Amino acid sequence: MSKTNLTRRGVLKSGAVAGAGVALPTIFTASSAAAYTNEPTGASVTLGFNVPQTGAYADEGADELRAYELAVEHLNGGGDGGMLNTFSSKELKGDGILGKKVEFVTGDTQTKSDAARASAKSMIEKDGAVMITGGSSSGVAIAVQGLCQEAGVIFMAGLTHSNDTTGKDKKANGFRHFFNGYMSAAALAPVLKGLYGDDRKAYHLTADYTWGWTQQESIAAATEAMGWETVNNVLTPLASTDFSSYIAPVLNSGADVLVLNHYGGNMVNSLTNAVQFGLREAQANGKNFEIVVPLFSRLMARGAGENIKGIVGSTNWHWSLQDEGSKAFVKSFGTKYGFPPSQAAHTTYCQTLLYADACQRAGTFNPCGVGEALEGFEFDGLGNGKTLYRADDHQCFKDVLVVKGKENPTSEFDLLEVVEVTPAAQVTYDPEHPMFAGGQLGSCNAG
Amino acid sequence: MDVFLTQILNGLDKGSAYALIALGLTLIFGTLGVVNFAHGALFMIGAFCSVFLQRLLNMSYETIDPTKTDFLGNPAVVKTPYVESWFGPETGAAIIDWSVPLAVLFAIPVMIAIGFIMERGLIKHFYKREHADQILVTFGLAIVLQEVIKALYGANPIQTPAPDSLSGVAVLAEGIVYPVWRIVYFFFSVVVIGAVFAFLQFTTFGMVVRAGMADRETVGLLGIDIDKRFTLMFGIAAGVAGLAGVMYGPINAPNYHMGMDFLVLSFVVVVVGGMGSLPGAVAAGFLLGILESFASMTVVTEIIPGINQIIIYLVAIIILLVRPRGLMGRKGVME
Amino acid sequence: MLGLGKKDTSLLLVVVALTMLAPFILNPFPSDSAMAQFNAGYPDLMQRFVIFGIFAIGFNILFGLTGYLSFGHAAFLGVGSYSAVWMFKLLSMNILPAIILSVIIAGLFSLIIGWVSLRRTGIYFSILTLAFAQMSFALAYSVLTPLTNGETGLQVNLDDPRVLGVSATADGSIPVTNLFGLEMRAAYDMAVGPWTFTFSAGYYVCALVMIAAFYLSIRIFRSPFGMMLRAIKSNQTRMNYTGLNPKPYTLAAFVISGMYAGLAGGLMASMDPLAGAERMQWTASGEVVLMTILGGVGTLIGPVLGAGLIKYFENIFSKINDTVLHSWFAFLPDGIEDFFVSIIHPFVGKGWHLTLGLMFMLVVTFLPGGLVEGGQRIAKAFRKKEDDKPKSPSTEPAE
Repeated sequence: MSKTNLTRRGVLKSGAVAGAGVALPTIFTASSAAAYTNEPTGASVTLGFNVPQTGAYADEGADELRAYELAVEHLNGGGDGGMLNTFSSKELKGDGILGKKVEFVTGDTQTKSDAARASAKSMIEKDGAVMITGGSSSGVAIAVQGLCQEAGVIFMAGLTHSNDTTGKDKKANGFRHFFNGYMSAAALAPVLKGLYGDDRKAYHLTADYTWGWTQQESIAAATEAMGWETVNNVLTPLASTDFSSYIAPVLNSGADVLVLNHYGGNMVNSLTNAVQFGLREAQANGKNFEIVVPLFSRLMARGAGENIKGIVGSTNWHWSLQDEGSKAFVKSFGTKYGFPPSQAAHTTYCQTLLYADACQRAGTFNPCGVGEALEGFEFDGLGNGKTLYRADDHQCFKDVLVVKGKENPTSEFDLLEVVEVTPAAQVTYDPEHPMFAGGQLGSCNAG
Repeated sequence: MDVFLTQILNGLDKGSAYALIALGLTLIFGTLGVVNFAHGALFMIGAFCSVFLQRLLNMSYETIDPTKTDFLGNPAVVKTPYVESWFGPETGAAIIDWSVPLAVLFAIPVMIAIGFIMERGLIKHFYKREHADQILVTFGLAIVLQEVIKALYGANPIQTPAPDSLSGVAVLAEGIVYPVWRIVYFFFSVVVIGAVFAFLQFTTFGMVVRAGMADRETVGLLGIDIDKRFTLMFGIAAGVAGLAGVMYGPINAPNYHMGMDFLVLSFVVVVVGGMGSLPGAVAAGFLLGILESFASMTVVTEIIPGINQIIIYLVAIIILLVRPRGLMGRKGVME
Repeated sequence: MLGLGKKDTSLLLVVVALTMLAPFILNPFPSDSAMAQFNAGYPDLMQRFVIFGIFAIGFNILFGLTGYLSFGHAAFLGVGSYSAVWMFKLLSMNILPAIILSVIIAGLFSLIIGWVSLRRTGIYFSILTLAFAQMSFALAYSVLTPLTNGETGLQVNLDDPRVLGVSATADGSIPVTNLFGLEMRAAYDMAVGPWTFTFSAGYYVCALVMIAAFYLSIRIFRSPFGMMLRAIKSNQTRMNYTGLNPKPYTLAAFVISGMYAGLAGGLMASMDPLAGAERMQWTASGEVVLMTILGGVGTLIGPVLGAGLIKYFENIFSKINDTVLHSWFAFLPDGIEDFFVSIIHPFVGKGWHLTLGLMFMLVVTFLPGGLVEGGQRIAKAFRKKEDDKPKSPSTEPAE
């Protein structure tokens, strides 16, 4: 049931130092004596891991939490060190952050903005967390990012794919390692052209909310630029469980590609329904009918089962990558938990390491100092090749994976195969790109 | 024209699920006067009956195959299901392939038993209590059932595919293709609904229950132990919800919160149909299913954006304002 | 005092004392002890307690007195929040105009929905309110995004006009919500030995509003109007025959409770300037129904207790993870420690829903009148000898 590497003595000791650390949480006050919100004064520093533990994304949340616990273990010098050994920055020595032992608190976002903010607030106000990280939907990430900006702590976004997180809703205290809708589209378009040709008619089904819209906009723009035609874009209610009435008209619409701008439960159901209606075997305009799912996740692919075979999409990271960083991470995660990590686990693990490293380099936990250390930081060895944390919008630029559902999986985890690794240069965009314009970072807030 | 026909098929299909859930809910509302917020959870448990059976049939023994390696580079473990080693690979594979239809047989006794236990163990004590108390206790039960399933099977959906021979598409007419399993689901629900109606209409037992629904007190005065029959009705209602769930698995992969997704909708269906009316519940289920399908058509959403989001609720409001007791509601029931 | 009977006055005074001393009462454990996990005395949760208390008090005026079970009350809370955030965006960060607007808008919204829904009674009424609320939620999430900012929720931005305030402060951040200069997030920490008590300005503003709302609800319960509402609950037909039209009374009760919900929504946005669509979802409406029933339908204090208990579970139990469990049982030998941890593990952290569901079932099975009845039973056990005293009118369920 519970898998921890705690020893009794260790717990007693850490309990005592944790207590000393949170004895005086300073809260939001402008007049407080501390230099910044929740300045750690004891021998430990507290991080807040805010993930969905109930609701539809509970499995993603559980995987994120595993990765966080692994990252904390590695930061404190436990385990085999994982990606600390492959990370290009060698500041972290396995003695915590700035010599302080890393402690953590966890909370449940329920994938609702309100609950997520309540949980993050309790971490800041009650537990004295100096950094909040996590989340598995863009709505929650943007809401919590706004809160962290007000409260004066750093927010390291987890799984959030909307352009808005580092676009019109970007904040000085918020940082995103995960890729976004634009990058998915930029990476997918050339591969789609290579696989299916440049004379295709696409039919979009789009989840009717912010993420769906930005995703659809990005994909339509990228595919139209290479010659595809967008036949129709149909918005589907988020609460839909049965997509039959949206799938049924597709075959007679003159389209020969179906793009499913859905995520999570919506994606599993719409893809299942599309396969049920025989779209994968169908012919249209004298070509094979194709289905594209722009954002893939292995956990969701597992939910979609057999239906995923041969379907193309993009992903932030996959455990089958053979670079040193990925291999080290898969090894330590797999040894500890018995199965390979998901992309959600990877991005949250990286975010924790990146934050710790930035503190170390800045020599402080002050959000403004940490932010400065992260801005424009170039690194390697975390599984995505050379990566840049861009200063203009706090978005990471790195290689994007185009993947395909494997036809003959060898195990229950071996569901996706990497078709192409699109280099970072190809998915980089101007910070003033119209899809991202309209927001300002503002100035960093230290509380 | 083809488009309309396909959408009517979709509507009948959605309607089948709504009608089956609403039918069971009305049996509990109408016979026992209990507001059962755990009804969605019964539907969900039904779907997980087939997940359970699928897992059971796939129980395997492990052998180590040194020629292959797993993701960490250790020798891979190959799993062979016991059924395949007992009945031979082909028969075994066929049994696993047909796990959903087999789960129907498995679910009937399980669901009826769950219904009995629920009624005798919990609901029985709430007949004389206020509706508010019934809501609280059944909602609590729904959460508990849901969390137990989540603890056992996780939060992500689990595919329960239809047998290979029933999973393709059927060409019904020029330009109309429709998944075979959805057609099966529609006929299955027609049979179940028909069976419930026939049971109530043509058996003495059913006659007594109908009399009890109309006037519980008088039937009691005639010296008939109506309570015992109502327990059985609760079991049947749970069975109907469970069957709806089992067969729904191949259409959409079961997950632990699917019951809550259907709960509100099924209450709307029941009330639109009219309290205490079984034909009303069935008719409302199909009606709302078909209207929902039509509302999702592009030609409609172009005229009224967002209509597909609210159609069910809009129709419910209009019907309840035009017909005070829904389509076929009886006077004085839960008014 | 204040036009209240003796019992009601003492109840009000108890509520005043409880809310004013909440930072002490809710922080009983020293902050460096293992039990500090159960402390609830931090500003955000205390604010939530009183705000949801207001919401439940208002809901109880409708449900407890008239017996009309609305399943769409969260819509009014959501509308209130959106109105308040729009005021922050357009006018100024002062919370007073924002709250006034949210009460007015929620009142108008509930007038329209109530006028339509109250044409029906019983379950038909419940489904009508549910349908209106679900429509509001679905539209706010999708087509009304320009007004509500959809999934992300409506937030204040740096480039909002704020005609009576500033768009951005001198150091380039978004100004914070305030009441004539008193910042809602301002807080004062008091350290007494190992204890830390936090006094938050925002909490005390909310608490004062709740006391006023509670006082108003006592007055409504005891007024002739309240009596009329009780009459509707007990026998509407008889009321009709005596020549009274119940509709204006029920509609008034509906609008009042809608305005309470709007007030709660406005306060919520004032404490944390964000309004999300899921505040209007049926689960949110269901939550206030559960709060009221859990605490005790028709009692004055019950809904507040119910609200507190549910929010406590949501915020405290969900944060207990395995590391915390291990630290509690660290004094035991390793094997026994793991045993205890594995027993408690399913009920806390990600399993907090399970505990909540079990609690619903236990309370409603063994305490038919909700938590208030539990309190009454305890009180009765203590003063068995003076049993002939009449029961406190303040806690008696409305018939």
